[in-house]
Amino acid sequence: MTPESQIVWLLAVPLLPLVAWALQVSFGRFLPRQGDWLPTGAMGLSAVIAVWMFIGVLSGHDAGTGTLVSAELANPHTWKFFFSDPALTEGLAGFQAGILYDPLAAALLAMVAVVSFLVHLFSVGYMQGDSRYNIFFANLPLFTFAMLAMLLSDNLLFFFIFWEVMGLCSYLLIGHLSQDKEKPRTEAAWASFKAFMTTRIGDVCLFIGMMMVYDKFGTLSFHGLYAAVADYTANGTHWEGWLTAAGIMMFLGAVGKSAQFPLHVWLPDAMEGPTPVSAMIHAATMVAAGVYLTGRLFLLFSPEAQLVVACIGAFTAIFAATIGITQFDIKKVLAYSTISQLGYMICAIGVGGVAAGLFHVITHAIFKACLFLGSGSVIYGCHHEQDMRKMGGLRKKMPITYLTMLASTLAISGVPFFAGFYSKDAILAKALEKSMVTGDWYWAAPFWLLLAAAAITAFYMFRLIFMTFHGKPRDHGSEHAHESPWTMTVPLIVLGTLAIFGGKFWLTDPMHAISGGDEPWFFQIVDDPTHAEFATIDLHDGHTEAAHDSHELAGHDDHDIAHTAHVRAMFMSIAAAGSGILLACLFYLWGILSAASIANRLGGFYRLVLDKYRFDELYNATVIRGTTVLSGFLCWVDENVIDAFVLNLAKLHRGGASLSGVFDKYVVDGMVTWVGETTVAAGQTLRRLQTGRIQQYVYFTLAGALALAAVSLLGIF
Amino acid sequence: MLEHVLTLITFLPLLGMAAILCLPKSQENSIRWTAAIFSGLSLILACWLWVGPFDSSVAGMQFVEKAPWIPAINANYAMGMDGLSLPLIFLSALIHFIAVFASWGITKSVKGYFALLLLLEVGVNGVFLATDFFLFYVFWEIMLLPMYFLIGIWGGPKREYAAIKFFLYTLFGSVLMLVAMVAIWLKTGGLNGGTFDIIELQQLAKGWAADPSTFLGMKFTTWIFWFLFTGFAIKIPVFPFHTWLPDAHVQAPTPISVILAGILLKLGAYGMLRINFPLAPDAFQHFAWVLATLGVVNIVYGAYVAMAQTDFKRLVAYSSVSHMGYFLLGVAAMTFTGLNGATLQLFTHGTSSAMLFLIVGVIYDRAHHRDLNDFGGLAKRMPYFLGIATIGIFAGLGLPTMSGFISEAMTLMGSYGQFPVHVILSTLGILMTAAFLLYALQRVFLGALPAKYENFKDMSGREAFTLIPFAFLCILIGVMPSLILDKMAATMQSIQEMLSYTVQ
Repeated sequence: MTPESQIVWLLAVPLLPLVAWALQVSFGRFLPRQGDWLPTGAMGLSAVIAVWMFIGVLSGHDAGTGTLVSAELANPHTWKFFFSDPALTEGLAGFQAGILYDPLAAALLAMVAVVSFLVHLFSVGYMQGDSRYNIFFANLPLFTFAMLAMLLSDNLLFFFIFWEVMGLCSYLLIGHLSQDKEKPRTEAAWASFKAFMTTRIGDVCLFIGMMMVYDKFGTLSFHGLYAAVADYTANGTHWEGWLTAAGIMMFLGAVGKSAQFPLHVWLPDAMEGPTPVSAMIHAATMVAAGVYLTGRLFLLFSPEAQLVVACIGAFTAIFAATIGITQFDIKKVLAYSTISQLGYMICAIGVGGVAAGLFHVITHAIFKACLFLGSGSVIYGCHHEQDMRKMGGLRKKMPITYLTMLASTLAISGVPFFAGFYSKDAILAKALEKSMVTGDWYWAAPFWLLLAAAAITAFYMFRLIFMTFHGKPRDHGSEHAHESPWTMTVPLIVLGTLAIFGGKFWLTDPMHAISGGDEPWFFQIVDDPTHAEFATIDLHDGHTEAAHDSHELAGHDDHDIAHTAHVRAMFMSIAAAGSGILLACLFYLWGILSAASIANRLGGFYRLVLDKYRFDELYNATVIRGTTVLSGFLCWVDENVIDAFVLNLAKLHRGGASLSGVFDKYVVDGMVTWVGETTVAAGQTLRRLQTGRIQQYVYFTLAGALALAAVSLLGIF
Repeated sequence: MLEHVLTLITFLPLLGMAAILCLPKSQENSIRWTAAIFSGLSLILACWLWVGPFDSSVAGMQFVEKAPWIPAINANYAMGMDGLSLPLIFLSALIHFIAVFASWGITKSVKGYFALLLLLEVGVNGVFLATDFFLFYVFWEIMLLPMYFLIGIWGGPKREYAAIKFFLYTLFGSVLMLVAMVAIWLKTGGLNGGTFDIIELQQLAKGWAADPSTFLGMKFTTWIFWFLFTGFAIKIPVFPFHTWLPDAHVQAPTPISVILAGILLKLGAYGMLRINFPLAPDAFQHFAWVLATLGVVNIVYGAYVAMAQTDFKRLVAYSSVSHMGYFLLGVAAMTFTGLNGATLQLFTHGTSSAMLFLIVGVIYDRAHHRDLNDFGGLAKRMPYFLGIATIGIFAGLGLPTMSGFISEAMTLMGSYGQFPVHVILSTLGILMTAAFLLYALQRVFLGALPAKYENFKDMSGREAFTLIPFAFLCILIGVMPSLILDKMAATMQSIQEMLSYTVQ
């Protein structure tokens, strides 16, 4: 395949759902079945192409050297986005956008396209009767488009653009029922608002981080940034504070999107969206995007930033798992399990296992999609009942749903030979290895937290299975439950099968793509090309392998440690999973222990966990309240200080004007009047002299003459 | 035709006004269509210039016209267009054209209304095209008068107050501009060879920057910088001169709000880029941090105050205050990216704010109030309108793939190198804008529908016609910003050179 035709096929993957969206949003209503087949078909086609391209990447993998044969594709094809004039290069004018299709992108692209197609197919059954069915089938492919396009972006800016489009789609889809024609749900409106705003806090941080690196390095492309950082650290300069800060800022974007502590609050509320949307958000899009971002940016993280990433991830894993134990809404349990599993992935990347983290993204996408679609099937079968306390005994009534969900539960619990086992094991091994290599206590913490979380995960997931499918029906909804139609069960069967067999595939070498190397092939193609690229560019610039070494976490000296860590981690994780499952059996299957009595004994602490550690209340009382008060205060200032100043100034002028009016009337005009009046008065007075009698005039003349004579004689002048 | 095209764009609406004045008062529909045709002709000419003869590789003025006007003071009738004025002229022509259709429902003395509307367009287009300071000033004042009457006669309950406030505020700015203009004219020689030619003045300004003599402790350039800046800042409006804006918006009828936010606010920004900053580059550089600070205050303060509003229109008005802050921030950074982003922001805000005001208008026409807390569930009755309104809201909050994101991102990324703290603070504004716009959307459209709104109709064809062009532009520029940035690039480079001129 020539690079050009490869590009065309590659662009078809995101563009097919985009076209489907455009057609569906314009003509969906007029098509038969409201057009649901159109995006579903487009997604199916897109998934086929993505998988086919992925197989091409695998088989193109050269056995001897471990580099990509389709290396042309690793060189991004670019075009100028802001200014088309090639002569302009200053600032963003020199920015070029391009496609990046490396093994990491290839694997995720295939996963996202397949899972998204299955979600589309499932929705055809699940969303029947929805009053905005056509709009739902317009927003769903748009969501997928954004995710697929994001995976193919070769630079942070385009990554950010599609990242935000995903935010829009999540807003529209979580809030889908808020515009329902019959029963508009205000809760859904609030949930979508909360999701958009919470993730946007992270997005803004990501944007700030992006500006920080752009300002220093003058590039936004991932490979440009890798090279710049390699250059930066290779010159003997240490990781500087600002780079750590930039790394953490960009990571905060992932914290928002992947619902990590402390921005995790939106994801449980996002359950207000229809169940297929939850499956989409929790498996294929949104949350996977955050992990992908963290993996992509790993090379930009300083050791301090890595520690932050690992700690946030590990803490989130255990923190969300404890909440998961206490929830009764079947979707809420799954939501907290997602947060917890995302913590695993983030932590894996923090401890240096980029491939392990992304491996878990893929396996998790499969079994979490299956679990969510399965819960959708349960909810559908029980006539829209979500409370597990009202379910029970569904095993016989919904066998396909039961078996597929059981397979996925075994996978998420980390039971050997199921998909989740391999990826979870890889993460734990990486975490343990990191703690053994460094020997620092703060690197040991993530491992133990993750291990504890693994046990808790097994416990609450089996709690879910036992409460839902075992025992006796506890409500008439579950009594009259029925299995779902084929559009819903087929995706379940596909995903359930993948949950069983989908893990080993990534470790064996089905295509014989790679010979040699003791890491599994997925780890080689994900970890190594980035590192190899990193080293090549480094050599090209004349710096030797300094930077390469600093990132090579499993060097030859550490090889034995890695092996020991792996074996130990595997046994410990099996033990953790087993103990969790056993506990769940004791509580919920055999009824030997009573959850209620333990909850009673824990009292306040139990209620705290049940209320999700009251983070919503905390944020309401601080951030939201603070913002409201501040905006109210500034509004008051605007009205009563700034505008009042202007109005008072106007009043002052009006006062001045009336003063000058008074002055004008009484002083200026007064003078004029006075002159006039005085003249008149003088005339009136002097007029008396004009008597008309001759004798009198003679007296006056005489008196005047005498006066003059007296003056001149006395010499007054 | 090409040599008089700018005159045509400017004065065709005046011809339309004359035609309307000749029509009898009762022929309301003919009056409306006359206004539509003449503003439409201007729009066609602007479009034609954009796609056709405008040469984007030329930095200077194109389609230049010059004729002596008042020889005694050397004032000329001089018009010209460059990459800065082209997008703004297009925006002005489009917004006035759309405003005519948005005014279809006005029934109070239709003849006077449309005559004034067209006169307003003459003033606005003239300001964007005049290359003679005196002519610029005359057009600036022409624009003031119709606006005063349009708010004062066709406005809401407190229209007289709002109109007077608008008028006095703007007049205050004009007086400062007049003083600066006369000072500049005298500086260039007054009656003995003084000039108003803006291009010439931009060259002469280099000499003034080098002149160390002071008057009352400040250099000549500093004096004119602050006089002109205050004059233009009132129009933008820059904090703390912004309080006329919410009052004017709330009282003005919808189409006038659209014009006010969409294009009148840009006049101040245009004046700064065309006259204020190039004529005093040294003062501009010296006070760049002040401008950046004012910009950030606008962005953050405007967004916070908007958050507290319950009147939908007031909310949108304060969001304008917030958005115009990006212009100051981007220009103050003096980078190519920042400058382009700031100028693009004028265009993108023109489209998105016009859309938001139209959206408010559509709702107001049905409910006859704008109290956000008294709405809910309109989505049920107005699904198509909700679709368009969602585009408007997301364009307003700068979602990527919408034009607002491009200009804001360019502004912020272009300014980060110079003003990192300012830029980081201004991201608070991004968050707040998203919060209050989405919250408004939710309160109006989502949730349960009160019984009193059960009989609402979805938007009419005419309303859709006024909204769709803006929605289209928002997405088009958001996806292909080079469509407009390419036209601006050469001129922006020359402006950047002018602004960063330093005395050797």
